[in-house]
Amino acid sequence: MNDASSSTLATSAKATLDGITGRDLSNRDRMALPVQEMPCQEPAVRAHNMGEVALGYTEAQARVEAARCLQCKNAPCIAGCPVSIDIPGFIRRVAEGDYHGAAEVIRRTNLLPAICGRVCPQEAQCQAPCTLGKALKTVDKAVQIGRLERFVADRERAVGGVPMPSVAPPSGKRVAIVGSGPAGLTVAADVRREGHEVVIYEAFQKPGGVMVYGIPEFRLPKAIVREEAEKLERMGVRFELNTLVGRTRPLEALLHEDGFDAVFVGVGAGLPKFMDIPGENYVGVFSANEYLTRANLMRAWDTEHADTPIYPSRRVAVLGGGNVAMDSARMALRLGAEEVHVLYRRTREEMPARAEEVAHAMEEGVVFDFLSSPTEVLGDDKAIVTGLRVLSYRLGEPDASGRRSPVAMEGSEHDVPFDTVIVAIGNESNPLLAKTTPGLEVDRKGHVLVDASQKTRLDRVWAGGDIVLGAATVILAMGEGRRAAAAINEYLKGK
Amino acid sequence: MNRIIAKTRLSDDVYRMELEAPHIAHERRAGQFVIVQADVEWGERIPLTIADADPQRGTITLIFQTVGVTTRKLAELEVGQSIDAVLGPLGNPTHIERFGHAVCVGGGIGVAPLYPIAQALKNAGNKVTVIIGARNKSLVILEEEMRAIADELIVVTDDGSYGRKALVTEPLKELCQVQDTPDIVVAIGPPIMMKFCAETTRPFGVKTLASLNTIMVDGTGMCGGCRVNIGGETKFVCVDGPEFDAHLVDWDGMLLRLRAYKPQEESHNREYVEHHQCRLDAIVANNREGGAR
Repeated sequence: MNDASSSTLATSAKATLDGITGRDLSNRDRMALPVQEMPCQEPAVRAHNMGEVALGYTEAQARVEAARCLQCKNAPCIAGCPVSIDIPGFIRRVAEGDYHGAAEVIRRTNLLPAICGRVCPQEAQCQAPCTLGKALKTVDKAVQIGRLERFVADRERAVGGVPMPSVAPPSGKRVAIVGSGPAGLTVAADVRREGHEVVIYEAFQKPGGVMVYGIPEFRLPKAIVREEAEKLERMGVRFELNTLVGRTRPLEALLHEDGFDAVFVGVGAGLPKFMDIPGENYVGVFSANEYLTRANLMRAWDTEHADTPIYPSRRVAVLGGGNVAMDSARMALRLGAEEVHVLYRRTREEMPARAEEVAHAMEEGVVFDFLSSPTEVLGDDKAIVTGLRVLSYRLGEPDASGRRSPVAMEGSEHDVPFDTVIVAIGNESNPLLAKTTPGLEVDRKGHVLVDASQKTRLDRVWAGGDIVLGAATVILAMGEGRRAAAAINEYLKGK
Repeated sequence: MNRIIAKTRLSDDVYRMELEAPHIAHERRAGQFVIVQADVEWGERIPLTIADADPQRGTITLIFQTVGVTTRKLAELEVGQSIDAVLGPLGNPTHIERFGHAVCVGGGIGVAPLYPIAQALKNAGNKVTVIIGARNKSLVILEEEMRAIADELIVVTDDGSYGRKALVTEPLKELCQVQDTPDIVVAIGPPIMMKFCAETTRPFGVKTLASLNTIMVDGTGMCGGCRVNIGGETKFVCVDGPEFDAHLVDWDGMLLRLRAYKPQEESHNREYVEHHQCRLDAIVANNREGGAR
């Protein structure tokens, strides 16, 4: 994915662009244009710093990539986007060099393009049905929509041209938002635009939810999240940090004492799953949430300034195959681990992580132990981790979901030395809010039950994001937020 | 931002601080705690128990010992200054009912969180016996406050410099042996003390609660750093606790987990103290020069 250096990529894109400028391109011409690779920090360098890995397209790269788009009439990409961005519309403007216009098209449906362009699993969403990718017989050659979205958003940020969304005159209505992750921020913007007063409650000391505590700096610079929060503040949204609704203030009090007309619950998943194997409470075993929160939110990587300690590791095992597992493994490398292994029960094809993150992790030297999963954490007499007992698997028949399920190979158990184990096998719903809020109904897994408009069973309360979906993605949370905001605005209009 | 409105030094390294936190003051119940951050940019998040609260004034009282960087930073704050971040009240409140005879055992700084629980138990109509233990006389805290609510107060010190020369487990055992045996024991203090309280009451079958103070980051169930083994099951102290049946706690496992960051904490502490010693020396030197002029 990254054989060419950034400068080579820039030069050849410039040459390609010069070759096509002013020409009328046929579909055949467009299909022949090379996929523009993402310029990145060199793997050996970036594995030891916190700087962003992907550096973003140059202007020439963006215009060449945009020229690859066939501008299909039926636009299958739009159906693949959870917030239905007019993808051919914004790409056409990039091809024409009208970046501001492109940003306006995106902003109609997506308020956080700099974030989505970086963290969306595009290969499974908008890029999956791309006609060009289908014609060239691999999704890898689809139009790189995510990279273009990022280019447009970054370009606009760089020239300081991000206009503030207009805010309607005060409506006299008040909306409380619980949780400042992607769902909450989306609802805040959409509801505030209608002139309603908005207060966001956040338990942590900084706004952003998973975007600040979970996703590392090297994948999503915190400055971007901060800018988005500041933009909301300039629109008049108020943040109440260090406030845990359900404990600091009951949800019911917001509705009945504090004068809010509606509440949106977007508190995220937030309860780490463990393997439930012997030795899991030994010193050196961490949930990915803990490891990443220490490293990201608490900035423990900066040992000179941060008070929060992080465990010193040499040989790290990360359990799981999602984005969080990739983030943990790559963070461990950056924190000085000598060897980092990802243990996953299936194979690369089944991994739920974004393809780009897996590729980046491999380039940086993370070792992937596919078809393996631990049965026990080994420790010494001080209960300090010394390794894992690992069982090997093979892929069996496809299950109901079509995924080939792993079958344990008997007698294959073997011990591997590790000093740190990071468990990244997902999150369950944090029960705190449901427990302290009578009438907020949840399903067996603790997900808040909502109707098609994200309305919960509680009067004047809507919910969305991971607390409804289970651990999902930033963009799906935003999609739910948009729906909820529309329903809340509709409800407040009628009041 | 939570403004400090009163500060008292209770002993060499123990401080009492009253600070503005209207919502917490209103919502908190006995047994709950807060997560405190001395500065939001680089500070760590540490759990501290709530020793008292005044909903009318909108204040809570924290009592802490300077054991790490954050508690040292807190101790340097003066009245009128603010603590950057205080999140709470966290954890489940103590289950209070009329048990009959309640024995409250507090060791060292553990007397602080024990105080509101003893108070609530008394208000619920229990006969309350309080045992306060400390290494020496200067470390005995909240004696008068406890005396005001307890039916009986027993003070013990390790070195005999005040009260009886004993560990808290001695009077606890005696109380279990006499006629009016406790119906419930609540023990809060260093983990090793709570462990031995549990071993003391176990043979008598007296229900014993302990309030655990483990390593935490968020305090809301999100990180799992505080997990302990309770009767063979993994529980999170922050959301399932902080109180558990002391007879079911895997004390040895918990004690080992508390040591996870010992080397880093010690070096952090050393750096902090050295850095401040330098600053102090500089100030002293400056003052001297100033004085000579």
